[in-house]
Amino acid sequence: MNPSLSRSVAIVGVAESDLGKVPGKSALELQGQAALLALADAGLKLADVDGVFAHTDDRFSSLQVSEFLGLRPRFVDSTNVGGMSNLLHVQRAMAAIAAGMCEVALITYGSTQLSDGSRKGGAVAADLPHTPRGQFILPYGHLSPIGYYAMVAQLHMHRYGTTPHDLAEVAVAARRWAQLNPKAYRREPTSLDEVMASPLVAEPLRQRDCCLVTDGGGAMVVVSAERARDLRQPPVYVLGAAETHAHHYTPFNTGDWLDTGVAPTAEAAFAMAGVTREDIDVVQIYDHFTIGVIQSLEELGFCKRGEGGAFVADGALAPGGRLPVNTSGGGLSYGHPGMFGMFVAIEAVRQLRGECGERQVPDARLALCHAPGLVFSCNTTLILGV
Amino acid sequence: MPEPQRPLPQPTDLTRPYWEAAAMGELHLQRCGACGRWQFYPRPFCLACESGELHWQRASGLGKVYTYTVNHRAPNPFMKARLPYVVAIVELDEGPRLMANVLGATSADMAIGRRVQITFEPVADGLALPQCSLLADGAAA
Repeated sequence: MNPSLSRSVAIVGVAESDLGKVPGKSALELQGQAALLALADAGLKLADVDGVFAHTDDRFSSLQVSEFLGLRPRFVDSTNVGGMSNLLHVQRAMAAIAAGMCEVALITYGSTQLSDGSRKGGAVAADLPHTPRGQFILPYGHLSPIGYYAMVAQLHMHRYGTTPHDLAEVAVAARRWAQLNPKAYRREPTSLDEVMASPLVAEPLRQRDCCLVTDGGGAMVVVSAERARDLRQPPVYVLGAAETHAHHYTPFNTGDWLDTGVAPTAEAAFAMAGVTREDIDVVQIYDHFTIGVIQSLEELGFCKRGEGGAFVADGALAPGGRLPVNTSGGGLSYGHPGMFGMFVAIEAVRQLRGECGERQVPDARLALCHAPGLVFSCNTTLILGV
Repeated sequence: MPEPQRPLPQPTDLTRPYWEAAAMGELHLQRCGACGRWQFYPRPFCLACESGELHWQRASGLGKVYTYTVNHRAPNPFMKARLPYVVAIVELDEGPRLMANVLGATSADMAIGRRVQITFEPVADGLALPQCSLLADGAAA
């Protein structure tokens, strides 16, 4: 993105809806609940909103959300690129605001995958039998996404000697953060042994290497830097933002599967922000699977390639560790309503505002948010700061 | 009770030569007449040089395990009856990678880099899935 847009917009309101098991509310209603809370957080009203960015299982979700909230926006975007979609929406809002297409952007997400007993969003056009995925993947009983991450873990272990113990460190660190977050869904203590003793799902990944399945929604409000100055909360500026795209569930490329496109995305975001990795105080990574965090930390440049296992050892990511990662408890322990990008950004904003109580990272000024979409298909990095 | 159905591919005009060859027990891939590269899955142009001069050619059917996983859960009732089973990404000697189950293999047999041979599993009338089996350790690399 054009570096001149750095600090041009701020996230001024964030909220999650009811989270965990939320029977009796639809995904749309969860989005509405989060939207009203995020606007109240910003000190704005529904009538101020003129841009709506949303994705759910509905293909036309920005229209659905607009109608439900009684909005008549002049700009909408329902782009769905999987779990990172809401981080991408922050960039889209920045572009739309710069182009004068909207002034107050409302970004929402919601899912009832736990109450539904399934991931409704999983049944998509890609599953039709004539698509590349339908012809060359689905007949083989591959579990997606976990099967792909299992394959990446296998490759990482083979090449670098990463162990199940290293993977478990990521899950235990997430739980230790969740214990400090009253909103987290799973807060009971856990140990490395417990994670490593949980049932295998797709070798080498076990049940406790996987994110939770919960209901929940979230919302963010993005406005121009000028407008942000007069609002209720201290503005959290978008310093850097970048996205790259490559696949659609079928990574049959001849490239290295441990190069998942994170590095160039992060590089572009850092260049736009004009900061370095050493400047970052807190890191939020979409943790669908433990290996994803190790892999992302390497590709983001927080450690060298192949050293992710050693980097996360001895509680390095946990409270008091060398790098605060996923301080909400992440998808592994805070909650995971299907697509976690929204919640990656919400926690980063709260850390930068200094409102995280027991889990607050002292003097957090700069946060990095990273999320992929589908499986190694695309990436978004945001660098946020106050 | 009816047998659980496996998700089956539905060939298109573009991919039909691949599936027709598989039904005959042969692995055929696209190869570019301009730059000579092999590619999978089929496209109407060469991913390397954008030439449209693609033709189908029989591949060796030999390759190695690029990476794999062993499933302890299955996405459908058909595969559930086969648990645990191996899903691998096979790097063919010609270059392209494809997905296949490693038939008859257990977790203890598997390793990245092991040599495999493409085999064919009949799954419906006139339809066979390219699969693979492990070659003996020490088989020509």
